[in-house]
Amino acid sequence: MRPLLVRGGHVVDPSQGLDAVLDVLLVDGRVARLGERLDAPEGAEVVDAGGLVVAPGLIDVHVHLREPGGEHKETIASGTRAAVAGGFTAVVAMPNTDPPVDSPAAVGFVKARGEMAGGARVFPSGCITLGQNGEQLTEFGELVGAGAVCVTDDGKPVMNAGLLRMALEYSRSFDLPVALHEEELTLSRGGAMNEGIIATRLGLTGIPNASEDVMIARDLVLAELTGARLHIQHVATRGGVELIRAAKAKGVRVTAEGSPHHFTLTDEAVEWYNTNAKMNPPLRSAADRGAVRAGVADGTLDVIATDHAPHHYDEKEQAFEDAPNGIVGLETAVGLAYTELVATGLMDLATMIERMSCAPARAMRLDERGLGSLREGSQGDVTILDPHLEWTVDPAHFLSLSRNTPFGGRRLRCRAVRTIVGGRTAWEGGR
Amino acid sequence: MAQELVNPALGKDLLGLEELTREQITAILDTAEAFKEISDRPVRKVPYLRGQTVVNAFFENSTRTRVSFEFAEKRMGADTVSISTTGSSVQKGETLVDTARNLEAMRIDMVVIRHASSGSARFLAERIESHVINAGDGKHEHPTQGLLDLLTIRDHRQSLEGLKVCICGDVLHSRVARSNLHGLRRLGAEVAVCGPLTLMPADVRELGVHYFPRIEAAIEWADVLNVLRLQLERMKGGFIPSLREYNRVFGVTRARVEAAPRDLLILHPGPMNRGVEIDSDVADGPHSVILQQVTNGVAVRMAVLYLLAGGPVADTTEGAA
Repeated sequence: MRPLLVRGGHVVDPSQGLDAVLDVLLVDGRVARLGERLDAPEGAEVVDAGGLVVAPGLIDVHVHLREPGGEHKETIASGTRAAVAGGFTAVVAMPNTDPPVDSPAAVGFVKARGEMAGGARVFPSGCITLGQNGEQLTEFGELVGAGAVCVTDDGKPVMNAGLLRMALEYSRSFDLPVALHEEELTLSRGGAMNEGIIATRLGLTGIPNASEDVMIARDLVLAELTGARLHIQHVATRGGVELIRAAKAKGVRVTAEGSPHHFTLTDEAVEWYNTNAKMNPPLRSAADRGAVRAGVADGTLDVIATDHAPHHYDEKEQAFEDAPNGIVGLETAVGLAYTELVATGLMDLATMIERMSCAPARAMRLDERGLGSLREGSQGDVTILDPHLEWTVDPAHFLSLSRNTPFGGRRLRCRAVRTIVGGRTAWEGGR
Repeated sequence: MAQELVNPALGKDLLGLEELTREQITAILDTAEAFKEISDRPVRKVPYLRGQTVVNAFFENSTRTRVSFEFAEKRMGADTVSISTTGSSVQKGETLVDTARNLEAMRIDMVVIRHASSGSARFLAERIESHVINAGDGKHEHPTQGLLDLLTIRDHRQSLEGLKVCICGDVLHSRVARSNLHGLRRLGAEVAVCGPLTLMPADVRELGVHYFPRIEAAIEWADVLNVLRLQLERMKGGFIPSLREYNRVFGVTRARVEAAPRDLLILHPGPMNRGVEIDSDVADGPHSVILQQVTNGVAVRMAVLYLLAGGPVADTTEGAA
């Protein structure tokens, strides 16, 4: 592999408090040197990053790659190509596939397919319970041995509090993050969108904020009790943000996600039954969106994660209640985060990179593997961003197999123009 | 001459009353008024829709709405086909939009759709060129029911302006409630809802209605009660503890009606659960206009079919004839 020298970029690496114009030299897949005016070694490829931002590779800890079983929506190959096109050098693959990733063999399959794909790195997650049935724990030790970086029943909550306590306690032997989809199913009652005036007008069953808040409260108590690494997925309510903020102040070990759609849209986007605005947790009120934005800004929600959830055209081409939940997010996340949070003055670019690279790495313990940093010796994963680039979201150009986004036609600022994984350019374009 | 004065535009479809203006609603009601007598003729048939093909696509059980539409279509001279879930390709896994496109490929003019999913009528309307009439979509709207309720109230009270109408019961799951609410407000009525909070949709007052937690207060306030059907399965869902208690606490009973300070008008969209939301002696009593609603249903549906097909609004003002 040729050495790669990224020259003259504005290096922003919150993991080491770095914010300066520097060269980054990648050799043998790792960061070899960081400094001013480095000499290009013989045979090195030189990339001019003048006027661009050079960041540690972005990491999305919440991605549905749909393989095995949902290859008409996405494959590990297409999903990881979409990831690098969106600036992500690593993703954590959710295990709610068909069959679910609840065995070491399945974890190994996802990992192997990820290595073959040549896009973003794929870190598998495993289910908390067998078949995501909420009844019997999976073999956490075996899953970790096969390469799982966390366990989650994502898409479904763990309704049984006693079982979740066991899962959290058991996870401690491996210091394994436990990621939770927070939803009290008896409160959400099969609802299709946020409870409120829009749901009332559209005649759709609403999901109250309480459905999420009650479970977040319960699980923060259990995290405190067990001392486990709790990771709360896609927080969408103001109550949830407040609960997590209070728990963090108390020292509870918890990380949490804010999703681009939750900090950008409200349930008004559903109006007249837009199935591309249907997801779970649902888009909520302006007050909730404001709380998610504030939570991401102050670090209560330390991780920006997309919940990339591809669905085939036919599946979204149904009456609202019959359509599945979820939207694609990998290729719009950078633009939305910058446009909604940085360009609006809520946070600076370094904080955005912290939330999209360093913090996700720590939440899933990928920092221990040299991710989420450009320190010398780290993995050679680099995302080069053009924060001045204005572009229009055109789903037809997505590398994802699916197009289910509510952001088609939206003008955004900032885009990844080169994504380098392990010292090799995995994607280049955007301009 | 009169025909030039009125605006026939209902748009392509009738999906809900929320989207209609006061003028549009009034146009439908006035046209329905003129069509009422057709059903009283010895030969109940007019040629206004001759040569037009209407498909009644009922993906959910319905007897009275389907029959009412069929009568309306036939009395207007249309060619009609009715399909229901049983025996249709829907059960073979065909999607809603494929079913509709196949029908359209056979050259049709209108689709009347009843479907269990909210928004399904709009979904269809956005994807086919034929006119679409919503005959009830999930918990969203049932516009022709709302219109026939308005027509019935108008028959008995000269104007809806300032009239106090309370919609009683399971508003949460009711498409009839939503259509009524929008239509009534558009015509200037004051609207309230009444029932336990478990059966009220979130933030319902933001739609500009009053809320009464108890039926006694609602009856004291109202000029008109529209009593919704209580689906018997609501008890299993935990929305109410028992049908008996529902009748005791929220039922429209004779004693409550007789205690009303005003001469009440009582509507019910049917089918009734006698002894649950409404007592028989009220349903069959002097305040009830329930069967007249059914009669008006045919006239309202004739009017909607006619106006969507492009017919001019009937002018029932004096001297127009």
